[in-house]
Amino acid sequence: MANLRDIRRRIKSVKNTAQITRAMQLVAAAKMKKAQDQAMAGRDYSSQLNAVLSDIAANFSDEEVSHPLLEVREGNRELVLVVSTDKGLCGPLNTNVAKKLRAETSADAKYVTVGRKLRVMLEKTQKDILADYSVHDPVPFADARAIAAFLTKQFVDGKFDKVSIAYTRFVNTLSQVPEVIQLLPVKPPEQSEDSGSIEGDSSDSLFEPSASEVLASILPLYVNFQVYQALLESRATEHSARMVAMKAATDNAKKFIKELTLEYNKVRQAAITAELLEITTAMKAME
Amino acid sequence: MALHLEIVTPEKKIFSDTVENVYLPGADGEMGILPSHAGLVTALQPGELRYLREGQVNTLAIGSGFAEVGKDKIVVLTDMALGESEIDEKATEDAIQRAEEKLLGVEHSMDAEEVAYLQGIIAKQSAALRFKRKHMH
Repeated sequence: MANLRDIRRRIKSVKNTAQITRAMQLVAAAKMKKAQDQAMAGRDYSSQLNAVLSDIAANFSDEEVSHPLLEVREGNRELVLVVSTDKGLCGPLNTNVAKKLRAETSADAKYVTVGRKLRVMLEKTQKDILADYSVHDPVPFADARAIAAFLTKQFVDGKFDKVSIAYTRFVNTLSQVPEVIQLLPVKPPEQSEDSGSIEGDSSDSLFEPSASEVLASILPLYVNFQVYQALLESRATEHSARMVAMKAATDNAKKFIKELTLEYNKVRQAAITAELLEITTAMKAME
Repeated sequence: MALHLEIVTPEKKIFSDTVENVYLPGADGEMGILPSHAGLVTALQPGELRYLREGQVNTLAIGSGFAEVGKDKIVVLTDMALGESEIDEKATEDAIQRAEEKLLGVEHSMDAEEVAYLQGIIAKQSAALRFKRKHMH
């Protein structure tokens, strides 16, 4: 049976850990609220943007509308923007993105990273990293713009045939889905039921000043927004996952403290009983 | 016949309600939209958006973006949408000045996108400022 002092020491150390994880949980919870709101607000805009884009796409066949960002090329050179977290302690978030990355992107793809965790992982596996960005918290649009500009340039210059984003989509606080989406060439999104698209037959829409001009200004905006939204979603999932992980850690620590305290009391009781027994035995012996 | 107007910015959905008519600063000049308008997608330039709701004319300063018009629905996507009370004249002037200073610092031939971005800011903030001065009482 463990001795009393050892147990006391362990209880103390677990208590300290619980205090730290609890503090981290509270910090993450506060940041989570903000990040989630931002991600949800961004969705309105980007889903409307998607709707407009798919309306335009529905209006024209491929031959009529051409734009460098729409150009589908043969080739297989792929550039992937990997969005991960700077800090750990957020559950399986980064591992899940890494798994998805291995499954859905080509092995000789090159990478642009956001976040330290997966950058380090990619460096270890000797992957080619072209650029690394750090993104502030909360995510400013200017950061997304810089990243999108870099990706667009690589694509338009013909260095890559495809640009994707690997990130984690925010579903709710408890659930996050790693995803790889194609950024370039822009694939006009399918019209979905809840996309907020305007009802009715949109195939005879007018365009002002002209369809190609509308397209020329909407496509770069769309690319910027895809990147921005991916960053927002990843940030929201990071804080959510961290909060959940830290809550689990705090709960575990509390359970552990309870068990240890029970054990401690048992040992203490046993020691007292043993002592009493010794005293009575000694008394009996002296009679 | 009702017309549903939605104004969405990257930060949030600013407005979503039924209105009687809408005036937009389109790329080729101001356009008025009434219910049952033909399908239309237009680029917007920074300027003033007016809508009539329950007999009351309301105005907002908006930035550049797009509007998609359907039979009974208009969606306005813009990077800014502010009412008169939300515009701070001093802050707006400062923003214009900052952007102009930055614009001087950027090599024009080097970074076309940065230049376009800064010019966008200036146009947007100037529109906000004009709007504020016009409606200030």
